[in-house]
Amino acid sequence: MGFTQSFFAQRFGITGRDLESYLSEALSAGGDYADLYFEYLATSSIGMDEGIVKSAAEGVELGVGVRVLAGERTGYAYSDDLSPEKIRKAARVAARIAHGPSSIVRTGFEEARKHNLYPMVQAPHETGLAERVALVRRADEAARAYDSRIFQVQAQYADSIREVLVASSDGRLSYDRQPMARMGVAALAREDANGVPQHGYSGGGGRVTLDFFLNEKTPEHFAREAARQAIVQLDAVDAPAGETTVVLGPGWPGILLHEAVGHGLEADFNRKGVSAFTGRVGQQVASPLCTVIDDGTIGSRRGSLNVDDEGMPTQRNVLIENGVLRGYLQDQLSARLMKSASTGSGRREGYQHIPMPRMTNTYMLAGESAPEDIIRSVQKGIYCATFGGGQVDITSGNFVFSATESYLIEDGKITRPVRGASLIGNGPEALKYVSMVGNDLMLDEGIGVCGKEGQSVPVGVGIPTVKIDRMTVGGTAA
Amino acid sequence: MSELLEIASAATRRALELGATDAECTLAEGEEFSAGVRMRELENLKQAGSRGAGIRVLVGRNTGSSRTSDLTPDGIERMVRAALELAKITNDDPFAGLPEPEDLGAASGELKLYDDSVASLETDWKIEQARKAEETALAADARIENSEGASFDSHVGSRAFANSRGFSGEYRTSSCGLSVVPVAKSNGSMERDYWHSSARRVASLESAEAVGRRAAERALRRLNPRKPPTQKAPVIFEPRTARALLGELLDAVNGGAIYRHSSFLTGKLGEKVASEILTVVDDGTIPGLFGSSPFDDEGVASRRTMVIEKGVLRSYLLNTYSARKLGLKTTGNASRGLSGNAGVGPGNFFIEAGQIGEEAMIAGVRNGLYVTELIGATANTVTGDYSSGAAGLWIENGELAYAVSEISIAGNLKQMLMDVTQIGSDLEFRSSIASPTILIQEMTISGAGS
Repeated sequence: MGFTQSFFAQRFGITGRDLESYLSEALSAGGDYADLYFEYLATSSIGMDEGIVKSAAEGVELGVGVRVLAGERTGYAYSDDLSPEKIRKAARVAARIAHGPSSIVRTGFEEARKHNLYPMVQAPHETGLAERVALVRRADEAARAYDSRIFQVQAQYADSIREVLVASSDGRLSYDRQPMARMGVAALAREDANGVPQHGYSGGGGRVTLDFFLNEKTPEHFAREAARQAIVQLDAVDAPAGETTVVLGPGWPGILLHEAVGHGLEADFNRKGVSAFTGRVGQQVASPLCTVIDDGTIGSRRGSLNVDDEGMPTQRNVLIENGVLRGYLQDQLSARLMKSASTGSGRREGYQHIPMPRMTNTYMLAGESAPEDIIRSVQKGIYCATFGGGQVDITSGNFVFSATESYLIEDGKITRPVRGASLIGNGPEALKYVSMVGNDLMLDEGIGVCGKEGQSVPVGVGIPTVKIDRMTVGGTAA
Repeated sequence: MSELLEIASAATRRALELGATDAECTLAEGEEFSAGVRMRELENLKQAGSRGAGIRVLVGRNTGSSRTSDLTPDGIERMVRAALELAKITNDDPFAGLPEPEDLGAASGELKLYDDSVASLETDWKIEQARKAEETALAADARIENSEGASFDSHVGSRAFANSRGFSGEYRTSSCGLSVVPVAKSNGSMERDYWHSSARRVASLESAEAVGRRAAERALRRLNPRKPPTQKAPVIFEPRTARALLGELLDAVNGGAIYRHSSFLTGKLGEKVASEILTVVDDGTIPGLFGSSPFDDEGVASRRTMVIEKGVLRSYLLNTYSARKLGLKTTGNASRGLSGNAGVGPGNFFIEAGQIGEEAMIAGVRNGLYVTELIGATANTVTGDYSSGAAGLWIENGELAYAVSEISIAGNLKQMLMDVTQIGSDLEFRSSIASPTILIQEMTISGAGS
């Protein structure tokens, strides 16, 4: 498919000549670079609560963002109206960042190389509503059927289609149609009507369509998992407090990597010298057992993109190799200023936002240990199977992530479930204590949302079973 | 009538023509500006405006919602039809519906949510404020030689709402804010902190110098932190961290969580749930504050609600739906973006100030934690379990002795509410959730050792 067949050309009649003229307007007061980001986002969601479908919603958003770079400076403006006058006006506002004679826009665009990582599908409102209702209804029923102690269930299905078009003053042209779908199920359990309720949650999806939930990960899969977690919590004891050995299960616990190292390796923080990892490329920052990758090219994953939000193809970037720090995640601006190349990591929440270096899917490569040997090697510690979220202070490097399902390990065996607890560590130090890495790498189910400077983007994580000899657990059982 | 309100009213009428039995429509527009300065140089400038519309329709007791950024007649028509289409797939919900007619209305009096001073600010002046705030922080101490930058943001907006029961209303808002994030460095330790001031009118902002100085002090005092041993000890939350903790209580008094039995406060109305020195109020009618509005997001007048009075739970925060589910009356706390079923949100949700000064509170602690930052906090609203990463200062013999970090604090909100033994006099409304300094008698602090 060529540009003339693409969404914005077809629906709004945008031509290459239009794009050149908007970019010229953006560089009319000088500047090194300008780009345009057109976005059309159609969303839909359905929610079930207390056994009935209570909510159904759709939305349509449209707009264009104009950016001008001049040295370290960024000028930005946007419009939710795609008329030529409004786009030109936004371009003139963005241009105010520069002061000088106009810069030249390259004539003629070259279409950027891009991956083919997800299905080209219909917009949500163009496909049937009845199938969506069936999904949440199945989830509700399966969670209730899992155990008679489940007494409240909420199920949600949401999907979206994002059409993007990026054009830059150095002649790059890129467009993409990006699907996203997600199911989430929350369940409450209690022993009897007077019992203390416990909560369980499970969800997943990716750059997939409704079919994924019919054929691969069914509503029943997520529903039973949410119900199971709530039931497990009925018997949970207080989590320990203080330093102990921690074993992370495979999959979603990979959020450790996202918080402990991923954010600290985003180039903007390192260019400014404010990350705990600044100036550490080539140094040992983790145990030699650790190789950490950020890969935006895995098919259908939540964090994957054919092209990033600056129109560059995404890549598989090695962040840490055998414990040694290899490189940063670069966007256009930081790459220009650091005399480096974009790593396809420029992302933004939408047309109202300035792009930044961000993660895609961040995971650790599998090691050689059998997961059962890892658990057997621990005298006393905790095993964390599922996490809620996390946060990092990139300057000190301190990070926190919160376990929602974990167990005590006693004499090499997983024993009692423990209540939710935070795990605390320091980014450049924590992974040095990794002493065993499992052969069971798993990626998460696809529910991650990463926040940075007020912008949310979907991400993925993954990790094999990993043993960390020392980490601080923030429970209450001192 | 403004253009926004005309569109909202017309969309509501159109929904009824097309078969809705009730409808409510929200229109919003806003203009945002931000200027960022880093290391004394302008780093970014952003300026733009946007508009959006959202509608929720009822066909009997089935609801459907949609929203759009296309406010042309065609765009609005598509939005209305999409919502009606969606109402066909939701179920009959006996509790769904618009507010009772007698609940609709607006708070009286001048709320001072909009001030012309914000819209008329010059770009150069705004950049200069950010530059001054950062310069003050950089000049404060030789150990501050780097910065993540300073920014000045401003926003003006309008919100219009109309429903098919005859309610229509609109209001304008303005806000501006100045913040700076200095980075301090010493003996291999690097720490950042920030200070932020925001207000609905320019004259209420703290000066750029005050913002810069405060940020610098905060970053400096975090340098060379230790990791204290794991122990149980008293914890003092300064207003910034106390406010975050109070946000967890907000989730627990949310009517939605109550009717689903997913709050530890379910069924506790009239019971003692907190220390008798603790009074928590929600008030959406205090002039000039960020949590104030004439009416909530379903057209119910904002008001003052006593949530916890001297330790006794007096009220949940409710919208029309959760109130009906619980057999109560709405408290005017409906909250939503542009469309969808309303959730619950606060007006100005705050802990009433006590008598004691912060210094006297610290002086009364022999060995404990003064927490200045919470990261990655998780509160399980169902059980009350609370655990968060923290940083702050260690209190020894009544004095702030040294910085601590890489620790966590944990407890259960049920017990923590009971264990509030001192409340400071330093209540300031910096956002829609506000708290003075508070002391919690005992929490588990995880640090070095087991």
